[in-house]
Amino acid sequence: MTIYILRRVLWMIPSLFIVFTLTFLVVHATPGSPWDDTEKPLLEGVRENLNRQYHLDDPLPKQYADYLINVLHGDFGPSYRSTQRTVSDIIGATLPVSVQLGLASILFALFVGIPLGALAAVKHNTWIDYLSSLVTVTGISTPPFVRVVLLILFFSLFLAWLPTGGWEGIWDVRAIIPVIAIGSGPAAILARYTRSSLLEVQGQDYIRTARAKGVREGAITAVHAMKNALIPVVTVTGVTLANVITGAFFVERIYGVPGIGRQFIDSVTGRDYPLLLGIVLVFAVVIMIVNLLTDLSYGYLDPRIRYR
Amino acid sequence: MTTRVEGGASRVARSRVAGEPQPRRARGLWRDAWYRLTRNRAAVVGLFFVVLLVLVALLASILAPYSFDRQDLESTDLGPSGAHLLGTDQLGRDQLSRLLYGSRISLAVAFVDVLIVVVVGVPLGLAAGFFGRWVDTLVMRTVDVLLAFPSLLLVIVVITYLRAVLDQPQGAFLAVVGGLDKVTGGLLGVFIALGLVSWLTVARLVRGQVLSLKEKEFVEAARMVGGTNARIMFRHLLPNTLAPVIVAATFGIPGAIATEAGLSFLGLGVRPPNPSWGILIAEGLRAMRAFPHEMIFPALTLAITLICFNFLGDGLRDALDPKLRVD
Repeated sequence: MTIYILRRVLWMIPSLFIVFTLTFLVVHATPGSPWDDTEKPLLEGVRENLNRQYHLDDPLPKQYADYLINVLHGDFGPSYRSTQRTVSDIIGATLPVSVQLGLASILFALFVGIPLGALAAVKHNTWIDYLSSLVTVTGISTPPFVRVVLLILFFSLFLAWLPTGGWEGIWDVRAIIPVIAIGSGPAAILARYTRSSLLEVQGQDYIRTARAKGVREGAITAVHAMKNALIPVVTVTGVTLANVITGAFFVERIYGVPGIGRQFIDSVTGRDYPLLLGIVLVFAVVIMIVNLLTDLSYGYLDPRIRYR
Repeated sequence: MTTRVEGGASRVARSRVAGEPQPRRARGLWRDAWYRLTRNRAAVVGLFFVVLLVLVALLASILAPYSFDRQDLESTDLGPSGAHLLGTDQLGRDQLSRLLYGSRISLAVAFVDVLIVVVVGVPLGLAAGFFGRWVDTLVMRTVDVLLAFPSLLLVIVVITYLRAVLDQPQGAFLAVVGGLDKVTGGLLGVFIALGLVSWLTVARLVRGQVLSLKEKEFVEAARMVGGTNARIMFRHLLPNTLAPVIVAATFGIPGAIATEAGLSFLGLGVRPPNPSWGILIAEGLRAMRAFPHEMIFPALTLAITLICFNFLGDGLRDALDPKLRVD
């Protein structure tokens, strides 16, 4: 087990290296310099000075090697757009916001999705089941930017219960709409998995045995069935990370949350390549860690799975 | 003619008299699937809406009361009225017309997404499963790497690159591609970025199917009578993977439409004034407090479209592969 974890962690190093190299190449193959988009055309001397300041006139292999060494020291270089802050500063300031938002969204998904799916399975083929599957399909098929837009329309403009945007920390009312907008996608996925998994488990022999010895229906579902039905559900939770990350791109931007998702989109539209590169690396690390945790949870929940 | 009809009628009558059971007409796989699909209410709703959407996209120039880019600066930000059923935007453009023309963009994306699945995903999956060895390793490792990241993240990074390359093309080939991109209002860039990710799941699916199918007796029989590799792959293996491919392709469509709308929403996809639903939502967002109708109609249209494609996908899955049904 320890060896397995160690090997997986060591494998992250070449994987990250590949991600780093590919992103670096894409960014540097992109024609046009970062200074093209400024309002006034720059004087030729100014452009050269800027290129020298950011070492853009060095040969590409040297830029690559220098940059790699800096990144290994935790220095992602300067941001092209916000000249006062380095990329590390920006990531350090925005990542915690997005991590809080992401964790809250996944908690929302767990506490809404699993009960919804269980309810649909217990009330199988009744109007509750149909209503829940309509909600589930809506959650799975609508993209996050449509969800956040509709939530703002309904809760902020029509009912006027919540503000239309902003961020004052995860415990403020302003966090409600972003959390629901991001979390409803994973919630729908979890609900769907819980429902089908619970329906499958209910046909098993040990459920019949429990019923035969007189256990109440509620206890059968809550204790006997749920325990096994949740195995696939828990492992799917890790997969929903993709929804959380891409959801944050839109939701943070639309709702004005100062998180890393919004910075990513800003770095793309503003051609702030060092920032883009830094954020992609952060995403890669987060994804790899969550993937590892997901794989480990398989073995923890299902003892038949062994790691080599 | 007359005698035949009489003969038919008397035969029916005779069989009724004799009390013979009516032989149930055998239905083929596709007829059977169609029967099951049309018994599924949600799938019928989805199918109906998708057909409607295709008709709207084809007839947009006839149905739309105005051109999608006709500005009328005297009547900006109007609410819904008789002259403008869904109101106008901040440049006085008719919202209904823009929404109707926008369906063309979404359906073009849907079409190209399926095309990529058929032209790239299916052959690569077939080859990987059939030939094994290094072909399998190459294709499947590529799929694994690309699937390890959220597809939207990849698409955004790639389209950032594409936008820069296509806007200032260098060389004859890129000039042609860049020109096409300009003519299509930025759609070509979206297609290329989609092409990177939309074949992945189908390639993996087809490979898995082929791996189990190629051990079956009918493949052995085909080889014994002298079938070539290509013939076995495309005549014998491919038809057997068709049902899951159709289901996966249908489920891929709403993802592709949502990706295009998302990219256009961020200003990375289709260029204004082309009325992508994503652009309409982004423009509506600017004035959402004062004129919520400018945002709500495109947002609801996009949401309903995506939901209906999912209904259809669910229905097709249940109809084509009853084994997968949960209930």
